[in-house]
Amino acid sequence: MVAKFDLNDDSVVVIVGSGAGGGVLSNELAQKGVKVVTLEAGGRYLPEDYINDEWDSFGQLAWLDPRTTSGDWRVAKDFSGLPAWIVKAVGGTTIHWAGASLRFQEHEWKAASTYGPVPGANLLDWPIDSAEMAPWYDKAEEKLGVTRTGDRPGLPGNNNFKVLEKGAKAIGYKEVHTGRMAINSVERDDRNSCQQTGFCFQGCKWGAKWSAAYTEIPRGEATGNLEVRDHCHVTKINHNDKGQIVSVTYIDKEGKEQTQKARLVCVAGNTIESPRLLLNSASSMFPNGLANSSGQVGRNYMRHVTGSVYATFDKPVRMWRGTTMAGIVQDEARHDPSRGFVGGYELETLALGIPFMAAFLDPGSWGREFTTALDSYENMAGLWIVGEDMPQETNRVTLNTAVKDKFGLPVPDVHFSDHPNDVAMRKHAYAQGRKIYEAVGATRVLPTPPYPSTHNLGTNRMSEDPRLGVVNKWGQTHDISNLFISDGSQFTTGAAENPTLTIVALAIRQADHIASEIEKGAL
Amino acid sequence: MTQTIARQGMTRRQLLSRTVAAGAAAMVLGTGFIAAPDAAWAYETTKLKPETFATLVQMARDIYPHDRIPTENYVEAVKGYDSDDAAAEIEAGIAALDAAAQGAGFANYLDAGWEADRVKLLRGMEQSAFFQKIRGGLVTGLYNQKAVWPLFGYEGESFSKGGYINRGFDDINWL
Ligand SMILES: Cc1cc2nc3c(=O)[nH]c(=O)nc-3n(C[C@H](O)[C@H](O)[C@H](O)COP(=O)(O)OP(=O)(O)OC[C@H]3O[C@@H](n4cnc5c(N)ncnc54)[C@H](O)[C@@H]3O)c2cc1C
Ligand code: SF4
Repeated sequence: MVAKFDLNDDSVVVIVGSGAGGGVLSNELAQKGVKVVTLEAGGRYLPEDYINDEWDSFGQLAWLDPRTTSGDWRVAKDFSGLPAWIVKAVGGTTIHWAGASLRFQEHEWKAASTYGPVPGANLLDWPIDSAEMAPWYDKAEEKLGVTRTGDRPGLPGNNNFKVLEKGAKAIGYKEVHTGRMAINSVERDDRNSCQQTGFCFQGCKWGAKWSAAYTEIPRGEATGNLEVRDHCHVTKINHNDKGQIVSVTYIDKEGKEQTQKARLVCVAGNTIESPRLLLNSASSMFPNGLANSSGQVGRNYMRHVTGSVYATFDKPVRMWRGTTMAGIVQDEARHDPSRGFVGGYELETLALGIPFMAAFLDPGSWGREFTTALDSYENMAGLWIVGEDMPQETNRVTLNTAVKDKFGLPVPDVHFSDHPNDVAMRKHAYAQGRKIYEAVGATRVLPTPPYPSTHNLGTNRMSEDPRLGVVNKWGQTHDISNLFISDGSQFTTGAAENPTLTIVALAIRQADHIASEIEKGAL
Repeated sequence: MTQTIARQGMTRRQLLSRTVAAGAAAMVLGTGFIAAPDAAWAYETTKLKPETFATLVQMARDIYPHDRIPTENYVEAVKGYDSDDAAAEIEAGIAALDAAAQGAGFANYLDAGWEADRVKLLRGMEQSAFFQKIRGGLVTGLYNQKAVWPLFGYEGESFSKGGYINRGFDDINWL
């Protein structure tokens, strides 16, 4: 029986957003008997609804509310209204995600002490470490069914992987495999195994890829403790005169404003909307926004050092066939400053269809230099760079009061400029990518600039010291004890790994903490 | 799909007899029709002057030249501009392009018969709002046409065929 809670029920936990962080937290709390109302701005879409078509799927699922951009990143020029690629739907961006699920390396929890001072970078150690997180990672890998962890076999390699593997091994790389993927290599968890459809980014129509949309959400609802209200956009978090959160205001499906009371609120709207909501909730008591005594809300926006390398060959590859991202080279993920930068990067297979390739291969370019590359599409292989970027205070999400959304609220402006370390790392990664493909006979290799951000991190970062960040090691805001952050915006630093496994592990851990604090009567 | 002359009740021969040369890609017919020199496709403009539309189609091909994509797909990509909303801006943009061509010694853009000459003209105006509008629109207008995908080898939707698990996801044989 799906629960239905009263707007005046102040015993419920309210979660804003139902993606990797919010979706997992919703189910985990519900499983522990905690009453939860999850408010999700988007609608409900299940595998039968997903579309094997890049632009149609984008139109169906993407967050398209107005946003602005600034800074010297190329995205601000080429996609000025689309800083990030994020889903607006029950299940959040776990519908689009590719499933690459990697643990942080031990030293990455302690970037500041490992790397030492990096001018211009606002580096900080996480207040948690690898030993603390190990059991939560175990649970997260089990939940997501991550291949090559536990007793789960790896996925088979597709054509794109085989090219990467051969080239990588030829230039001496050793850690090359089909990835640790939240995609079933065998039937498991009442879900299909991967059928190599090649539309992982558009929502997996087989349900082989883990997504909160069809795992966490229905399972949480089945407990009778979780009510997920879709098409409900939270506009403000409200507090009392003691500075404690009492409710959230949202616009419902019919466009009506509603107020849901809450015992505590967890914000999981992704790294752009979460700080925006805190900033838009400013009050006379908290004029700079909620939980912002440190001034760090919205700052330290990270998006990973990314970029792609596409290579063409004299014979077909057909990279679009099969799992989009099941292929990785991990040798460069280590921290080795002799390469000219701190931190490391992963290289992962990536394929786009013709519609997206045309839009993202080299945005803005035209003429035969561009079209001859596309003419070789069938003979193309591709990889994506995911590296640790430096947190910078000036890379940030702010309110753009000059532009309003349909509710009349200031939209977020996403400001980003590369740090010199990011530039050096990308340059190195491009060159290694080129070597990989040249080693298998590439006839032409092209560096592709970063796409609109898919990994959005850091704008409500975790810190030991309340002056340096927004939340403590439980994701609880330093300033307000019944306000939590439960998504990727908690990240103190980004590490070289795709973030979602860590978001999920943190959400499982946070649920455990919140449930036991509630039981103790502390929350 | 583009309207074909056959559907308009004209024979291929009639069509050809009414054409006036308008560049390699398209021919402007007397009455608002433009058509391929071989009558493989044709389009009747409603808001734009046929010469303007023919120039626009040539411009589209010059921006994203794919020798194996037939002109009808470029027509399809830009025909949305043949509308009340867009017509004035397009007429002005093409007039500017023709003016640039005249400055370079041609009668108009289409009169610049060689691609290299036309591309030179486009390079000269690539920062203009008009050029950027046309180029940006083509990214989806041209490449999101399912009809062109096979020309790139792209196979599109695969769920209904059971994915590629038994259809060559790992069939590479030359490595
Ligand atoms: C194409 C693509 C591929 C990716 N591949 C990978 C991968 O292979 N591995 C990996 O680790 N990561 C991947 N990612 C990133 C991954 O999807 C995200 O890191 C992750 O989903 C972020 O989780 P989150 O909880 O922070 O936010 P989300 O999952 O984005 O969820 C946020 C939710 O909050 C809702 N929301 C926002 N504001 C409000 C509001 N005011 N009121 C109500 N609801 C609101 C949104 O609608 C959304 O549903 C990929 C992303 C994309 C786009
Ligand atoms: S390739 Fe596998 S995981 Fe990706 S969409 Fe297809 S079945 Fe799902």
